[in-house]
Amino acid sequence: MRDEHKLRAQFRTVEDGAATGLAVLATVLVVAPLVAIFIYLIYKGASSLTWSFFTDVPRPVGEAGGGMANAIVGSAILLALGSLIGVPVGISGGIFLAEFGRGTKLANAVRFTADVLNGVPSIVMGIAVYSLVVVPQGHFSAFSGGVALGIMMIPTVCRTTEEMLLMVPNAVREAALALGVPNWRSVLSITVKTASPGIITGCMLAFARVAGETAPLIFTAFGNVGWSERLDEPIAALPLQIYVYALSPYDDWHRLAWAGSLVLIILIVVAVSLVRYVTSRGVLKGAS
Amino acid sequence: MGVGIEVTSLNAWYGTNHTLQDINLNIPANHATALIGPSGCGKSTFVRCLNRMHETNPIARVTGTVRIGDLDIYKDCKPVEIRRRVGMVFQRPNPFPTMSIYDNVCAGLKLNGYSNHRALDEIVERSLKNSALWDEVKDDLKKKSGASLSGGQQQRLCIARALAVDPEVLLMDEPASALDPVSTSKIEDLIFQLKSQYTIVIVTHNMQQAARVAEKTGFFLNGRMVEFDSTHKIFTNPSDKRTEDYITGRFG
Repeated sequence: MRDEHKLRAQFRTVEDGAATGLAVLATVLVVAPLVAIFIYLIYKGASSLTWSFFTDVPRPVGEAGGGMANAIVGSAILLALGSLIGVPVGISGGIFLAEFGRGTKLANAVRFTADVLNGVPSIVMGIAVYSLVVVPQGHFSAFSGGVALGIMMIPTVCRTTEEMLLMVPNAVREAALALGVPNWRSVLSITVKTASPGIITGCMLAFARVAGETAPLIFTAFGNVGWSERLDEPIAALPLQIYVYALSPYDDWHRLAWAGSLVLIILIVVAVSLVRYVTSRGVLKGAS
Repeated sequence: MGVGIEVTSLNAWYGTNHTLQDINLNIPANHATALIGPSGCGKSTFVRCLNRMHETNPIARVTGTVRIGDLDIYKDCKPVEIRRRVGMVFQRPNPFPTMSIYDNVCAGLKLNGYSNHRALDEIVERSLKNSALWDEVKDDLKKKSGASLSGGQQQRLCIARALAVDPEVLLMDEPASALDPVSTSKIEDLIFQLKSQYTIVIVTHNMQQAARVAEKTGFFLNGRMVEFDSTHKIFTNPSDKRTEDYITGRFG
C-alpha cells in the first residue's frame, strides 16, 4: 500500500517536471526569434552606429560617412502625427462601441468596418491616401504620410479599447450611476480610467506596428535625402531609407541600412518603455 | 434626515418578463425596512425601481408611481437627481479599483463637480466614521487603493461612499450576503445606527437578519408583495399562509 503511494508520488514529480519543461520550451520558442533578430541586427549594424549616424544627413554615393538624422526626425514627426490622428479617433470609436452603441446596428457596422480596415494591406492604404490627400494637394508631404499611419492605427486602437472597456465589471458602472453621476461622466472618469492600462497597451501595439511600415509611406511621405521638418514637404522616414539603402548596390549603404534597422527597433523599444513608465505613475495610473 | 417612500401600483418588466406586479407599499421615514423572499421574487428589482437603476438595463420597463418625500421620481425629475438623494449599496462590494480610499468616498461629490477641498476632508472623515471604517483606514486614506481592503472593509467603504453624497434614503441590496459573519455583524450594527438618520430599505436572504435590524418587513413572492407589516408580526403571527410557510422554512 505504501509502495503504491510512493510510486504515484514519483510519477507525479516526473509529470510536473515534464509540464514545466514544455512550458519553458514554449517560452524559449516565442522569445528566440526576437532575440535572434536583435543579435543579428547588432552584429550587422552596430559597427556603423557612429555619432555622425545620428547627426548627419545622407551623403552622395561614393562619399564616406553620412547618417540618417533626417530619417530619424522624419519618422518621429510622422509617428507623432499618426498617433495624433489614430489614438483619439480609435479610443473614441472604442468607447462608442463598448459604452454607447452596444447592440445597435451602427455599432455593428463600425466594428465590422474596423475589422476590415485592419485587414487592408498597407500598400493599399498608401494608394488610398495618395488619391485622397496627395493628388488634391498636388505634392507628396509629411502630412499625407502621417494621415496614412494614423488611419492604420485606428482599427487596432479602436478594437482593443472596446475589449478593455468590456472587461470592466458592470458593478463598477452601476456604482457610479447609483451615485447620481451622469452616464457620460461615469464612462470617462470611471470606466475608461479603470481600463486605461489595457487601452495604453493597445495604443503602443498600434504605434509599434506602424513605426516599421514602409508601404503606406512610399506614395505619401515619399522620402527625402535632405533635411526637412515641414509638414507640407516630402519627408524622410527610417523604414523608407532602409528600403532604399538595402536595395542599393553599395556596401556602405547596406551597412547604413542595418544600422537604421537597429535604430528603428531601439526607438520603438524606448518609446514603448517610456510610455509604460510614465503611465505606471501619476494620474494615468490604472488598476493593478 | 430621511423621508418616507410611497409606492403605488408599481409594475416592472425585463423584456416580456413581468417581474413586479402591482406593488403598493408605504415605507416609513427613519426606519429600517426589510424585504425578504426567495430568489427571483422581485425584491432586488423593487429596490432598483426606487432609485431608477432598473431602467439602466435597456430591455427594462416600469409603470406606476413612486413618491420619495414630496418628489414623484418618475415624473418630477431626471434619474441622476433621484440617485443623488437615494444612495445604494450592492450585494458585492464594488469600490472603484483605480481610486484611493479617500477618492472612493468622495467620488460621488467630485464626479458631480463638487471641489471644495477643506469641506471634502470633513465629509470623508464623517462618512468613514458613520460607516465604522475610520479607525481602520485613517492612516492610509490616500495611500491605499479601495480594492486593497478586505471584503467587509470594502463594503463599509461603499456605504461611506453612498453616505458622502448625503442621501435621504439608503437602499441595500443584500449588503452582507458576500461577507463573513464578523463583517456581517458589523454591517448590521451599522444599519442600526444609521436608521435614525436615514430611511433604510434592505433586501436580504437571511430572515434572522431581517428580524434583527428592521422594524418593518415585506414578504415578496413571484413578483408580488404578499404581506407587509411590522417585523414582529411577520415573524410571529403572519396573516398570510404563504408568509408562514416561507418563514418556517417550508420552501424557499
